Amino acid sequence: MLMFTLRRLAHAIVVMLVVALVAFSLFQYVGDPIVGLVGQDTGDKEREELREQLGLNDPFPVQFARFVYRAAQLDFGISYRQQRPVVELFVKRIPATLELSFLSALFALFVGIPLGVHAGLHRRSWTAKLSQSTALVGISLPPFLVGILLIYLFAVTLEVLPSSGRGDVVDVGLWSTGLLTVSGLKSLILPTITLGLFQMTLIMRLVRAEMLEVLRSDYIKFARARGLPNRSVHYRHALKNSLVPVITITGLQLGSIIAFAIITETVFQWPGMGYLFIQAVAAVDIPVMAAYLVLVAFLFVVINLVVDVLYYAIDPRLRVQSSTRGGAHG
Amino acid sequence: MAEVRRVRAAPRGWLARTLDSDVFYSFYTSPVTVLAALITLAFFLVAIFAHWIAPHDTFDLANISIMDSELPPAWLEGGDERFLLGTDDQGRDLLSAIMFGLRLSLLVGFASVLLSAFIGVAVGLLSGYAGGTLDDVLMRIADVQLSFPAILIALLVDGITKGLFPGEASELLAIFVVVLSIAISTWPQYARTVRASTMVEKSKEYIQAVQVIGLPSWMIVLRHVLPNVLGPVLVIATINLAIAIIIEATLSFLGVGIPPTQPSLGTLIRIGNNYLFSGFWWITFFPALALAVLVLAVNMLGDWLRDVLNPKLR
Repeated sequence: MLMFTLRRLAHAIVVMLVVALVAFSLFQYVGDPIVGLVGQDTGDKEREELREQLGLNDPFPVQFARFVYRAAQLDFGISYRQQRPVVELFVKRIPATLELSFLSALFALFVGIPLGVHAGLHRRSWTAKLSQSTALVGISLPPFLVGILLIYLFAVTLEVLPSSGRGDVVDVGLWSTGLLTVSGLKSLILPTITLGLFQMTLIMRLVRAEMLEVLRSDYIKFARARGLPNRSVHYRHALKNSLVPVITITGLQLGSIIAFAIITETVFQWPGMGYLFIQAVAAVDIPVMAAYLVLVAFLFVVINLVVDVLYYAIDPRLRVQSSTRGGAHG
Repeated sequence: MAEVRRVRAAPRGWLARTLDSDVFYSFYTSPVTVLAALITLAFFLVAIFAHWIAPHDTFDLANISIMDSELPPAWLEGGDERFLLGTDDQGRDLLSAIMFGLRLSLLVGFASVLLSAFIGVAVGLLSGYAGGTLDDVLMRIADVQLSFPAILIALLVDGITKGLFPGEASELLAIFVVVLSIAISTWPQYARTVRASTMVEKSKEYIQAVQVIGLPSWMIVLRHVLPNVLGPVLVIATINLAIAIIIEATLSFLGVGIPPTQPSLGTLIRIGNNYLFSGFWWITFFPALALAVLVLAVNMLGDWLRDVLNPKLR
């Protein structure tokens, strides 16, 4: 168990270093950082001095080490476009993205699991078939189209929900939350559905498939043979066992939700990290791009690590496999 | 053994053989698949022959009049019968714009699927056949990349390439950047699959036989392994065509993809999105509908193909 965790941790650190290298190469090869910092009329001599001062003439490994050292202290430099420290920009926007992402994950779970269970238990009923076809459409519709559709329906035509922004936010320490005001909550509804829909269909399909699989197994037949009521068989025995992969997928999808938030945030002009990143890509604002990359990679790596270790703890079969094969992969 | 069943002789000629095959049988007995195939075919034809069948040439500025801008579809009040689906903000015929946009979307989709399949198959063959450290390194890269969503990587590649070629980027370059972004973000799937099948094939006798003959490795890989690992690649490629079209549309919608001078479906949707609040819903709606139907049809074909070619599911 400890060895497994350590190996995954080492793997995670390697991934982070690779991502840091990519982020750092952005600075090295994409544009000249000096050009981003000084005006047109700065002379060559002053530029050279600034270059020396910033350590841009140092050898590559030294600069890379410095970059990692600073990144570990959350120092990503100054945004070319907004001329403010990158960390400051992110701190303001992280709450918006995290609130949206967590609500979407909750939405996906609390709608996806019941629908999946229903479709698995009554797979010939028309409601199950309807939710199946809806799922196929949900997977085929790009998220931004779902967003536009919802905006048109609820913001333009019915005029019941806002189409952009976070509404009124309340500051709780450093964290600005939209969960405490009516307009904040109203603003959250459409983006949450947009962002969570794809994950919801994914969870629904997964739960359905798992339920069908589990319902065929011997211990369910045994439970039925013992004369247990349907409700107990379905929810205590079948559902419990079909939820293990759901936990893994949900954990891993949490990372995707944060990444997909880029699209939703752009559609709804949601002042989060994703919107910041898109603006940075459009303006080739390297420090912001690099910081976003490192930050998101960090979130991904942490989530992956936690899920891997949890899964290993939950599912005893993996432990047997790894001891016979001498190493668990993936 | 006692009873010898009479087996119908296999028909000759490739057409007859195709019509007699299991794959074709499962095709025409599934009406949904036939419908999806017909829709996909129709979209392809429209895209290929857009120049001839589009009612207006949206690229010819002489043809566009700002007086015609934002006209609703022909069947609504205020519509103009010259413009069946209405016009956009610059007075371009929407139906024609969709046809040309479709062509660009499909072109980008196909090009990026070809490129990513090429990269993925090459890496997979190399990794699976060579093994060792090279295999470890390549697969580790694929693993890391697979744990990030494709759209994120595509955005990043797009951003980097834009930074490498600063200034006013040409349309062709923009299209190429999008193709490259999608290809780089989707290759690991092919690589993984091809690697696995290559390792299976490698241990088979016919490969050992050609190794004994003394054929050079590259020839064994290209002539003998490659044809036997292409089946699953076809399935991934079909499903990835839908994904590539979505990624392109998303990039264009976010404003970092295909420029508005030569709009793809995603760009058209983005333009229309600005006019949603003015009540000009058709500028977004029809391109969006075209995109959704296209992706749905291709997805269904991909699902069907996966089920047919995977004997476990039969």
